Amino acid sequence: MEARPPGDHADLEALARRGRLLVIESVARAGAGHIGGPLSAMDLLIALFFRVLRIRPDEPGWPERDRFVLSKGHSAIGLYAAMALRGYFPVEELATFDAAGSRLQGHPDMTRLPGLDASTGSLGQGLSVGLGMAMGARRRGLDNHTWVLLGDGEMQEGQVWEAIPVAAKYGLGNLTAIVDRNGMQQYGWPLRLDERHRGDRRDPFGDTAVREAFEAFGWRVLEIDGHEFGAIIAACEDARAAGTGVVPTVILAETVKGRGLSFTEGAFEWHSRVATADEVEAARAELGEEPA
Amino acid sequence: MTKALRDAWADTLIELAADNPDLLVLDGDLGTSTRAERFARAHPDRFLQMGIAEQGMVGTAVGLASMGFVPWLSSFVVFFTHRAVDQVRMSVAQTHANVKIGAAYAGLQTGFTGKTHLDVQDLAIMRAMPGMTVLAPGDATECAAMVRWATATPGPVFLRLGREGGPDLFDASYRFEPGRVIRLRDGADVLLVGTGQQTARCLEAATLLAADGLGAGVVHVPSIKPVDAGAIAAAARDVRLVVTAEEHSVLGGLGSLVAEIVTAHVPRRVERIGIEDTWGESAPGTWLLDRHGLTPERIAERVRRALDAEG
Repeated sequence: MEARPPGDHADLEALARRGRLLVIESVARAGAGHIGGPLSAMDLLIALFFRVLRIRPDEPGWPERDRFVLSKGHSAIGLYAAMALRGYFPVEELATFDAAGSRLQGHPDMTRLPGLDASTGSLGQGLSVGLGMAMGARRRGLDNHTWVLLGDGEMQEGQVWEAIPVAAKYGLGNLTAIVDRNGMQQYGWPLRLDERHRGDRRDPFGDTAVREAFEAFGWRVLEIDGHEFGAIIAACEDARAAGTGVVPTVILAETVKGRGLSFTEGAFEWHSRVATADEVEAARAELGEEPA
Repeated sequence: MTKALRDAWADTLIELAADNPDLLVLDGDLGTSTRAERFARAHPDRFLQMGIAEQGMVGTAVGLASMGFVPWLSSFVVFFTHRAVDQVRMSVAQTHANVKIGAAYAGLQTGFTGKTHLDVQDLAIMRAMPGMTVLAPGDATECAAMVRWATATPGPVFLRLGREGGPDLFDASYRFEPGRVIRLRDGADVLLVGTGQQTARCLEAATLLAADGLGAGVVHVPSIKPVDAGAIAAAARDVRLVVTAEEHSVLGGLGSLVAEIVTAHVPRRVERIGIEDTWGESAPGTWLLDRHGLTPERIAERVRRALDAEG
C-alpha cells in the first residue's frame, strides 16, 4: 500500500462507497434485506476491517485474532460487503446473498461462513457473547481485542443491560462496544409536531443520556462522528490501548441511517426496503460507478 | 437413598475441574440452591458469578466456549427453557456451542416454588431444538456419568437435575451412552417407560402390579435426545399396553416421544402419565406426584384400569 499523508483516508472512502453500492445491489438482487443499518454502519465496518481488526482473511480461524461480533445482525449484508472487499471471499459471492444454500444468510450464520465469530440476528445477544470472548481471551493470556457493533435501537433489548455491568465488574478493558447511533429503528415512534430529530422518526435514545448511562455502569465513553475515518480509527486505537486495563470502552458513533445516498439518508422506510431498478441506477450514479 | 442429583452434579464438576483447566461454572445467582456454591468453594478461580441475568449468562458462556472453555451453567431449569430460551436457541443450539446447561430444580419436587418456577415443559422445548442433547438422569450415579460424558463431548447439552434424592438405580459399573434405552425389568403384559427419577417409581409400580399377577416391564430413557427409537419400538412390541410416566407435561415430553415412535413402528396403545395441560403449584413434592398420578400406587391403578379397558 502506498504511503499516504496522515489524515488521508481516500482509500477507505472509496471502499465504503463500493461497499454501499454492493449493499444496494445485493439487496435488490435478493429482493429482500436491509439498507438503512448497513449504510449507517459501513464506514465503521470498513475502518474496522481495513485498519483496526487484527485478522487474517486467509486464515479466518487464527486463534490470536481480534474477535468481532455484529450484534445488529440485520446489517449482515453490510458486514458481508466489508468482508468480501477485505478478501474473505470473492466479491461475486455477494450475488448469493439470501439464496438457498448460500453462506451469506439473511442474518450472520457462523456455521456457514468462516470468519464470522458469532451468529446474530435476534437482537441484544452479541455483547454478552463478546463479553465471554473477552473473558476467555484474558484467561488464555491473549493480547487480542474483542469488538461488538451494536445498534442504538438494539439497545432497547434488556440483555444488553445485563452485559454492561458484568463486563465492568470483570474489568474487561479488552472489550469494546461500538454503538451505531443512527438515531432510528425499524418503525419506532413518530416525531411530535415540535420535535426535530436527525431522521423522520424519533431517536431511540434521543431522551436518554447514553454517555452517562454507560459511565454509571463503569465504562469509558468515546463519542465520535461515525462517518469520519480519522475519528473512528483514533477511537479504536484508544480503545485497544486500554485493552490491558480494567475499564471496558464504548464508542458512541453518531451516524446517519441510510448514509451515503441522498434518497435513503434519514428515511425510516429504508430500514428494509428494496431498491427499484431506477433506484439502483441512481445509487450507481451517486456512488460513482458507471451504469452496468 | 441416593444423594440428590444437584449434589452429584456439583461434586462431579469439582472432581473433573481438578484435571480440566478449561472447565468453568457460571452461576445465575442461584448457587446455594443448585450447589454451584460447592464448586465455587473448591475452585474459586473457575467460578464466574453472572448475577441475576440468565440471558447474559448464556451469551457469555457462548463466548467462553468459542475460546475453548467448557462452561457449565447453573440456574433453575425454568430460566433456561423460558427466560433465556432465545439465547439457548440462537447463540447455543444453532451454533452448536460447547455449552452445558445444568438445569436445576427440574420436575415437580422443587421445594415449594409454585407455578412460577415449576417447569413442566422443559423436555418439550429442548427436544424440539436441533442439535441439542437432552438428558434426564435417574439417579446420582447416572448423573455423575452424564456430567463426565458431557464435559468431554463437544456440543450443547441440557442436563435435567432434580432437587431431591431418590432410590439408586445403578451401581458404579454404570457407563453412560447417549441414546441408550435401559431395560430394568421384564414383563409380558405392560411396558412402563420412565425418565429421570420417575423411573424408580415405575419400578415400584411394577412390583405392585406383580403382586396382582400382572407382568410389567420397565424401560428407562435417560437420553431424551438422541434416543434409540428401535429399542423403544422393540420393547413395545412385546406387550399389549405401553404406559409412560414423567414429571413433565404430557404434551411434548417422554410420552409424546414414545407415542411418536410406537405409532410409527408398532401400533400399541400408549397411556401418557404426567401433568395434564395445567400449571404447577406450591405443595409438598409427594403431594404433587400423587396429584398428577406419578406415585407407584397411582401408576399401578392407571395400568389396571387401562388393561381392564383393553379387555
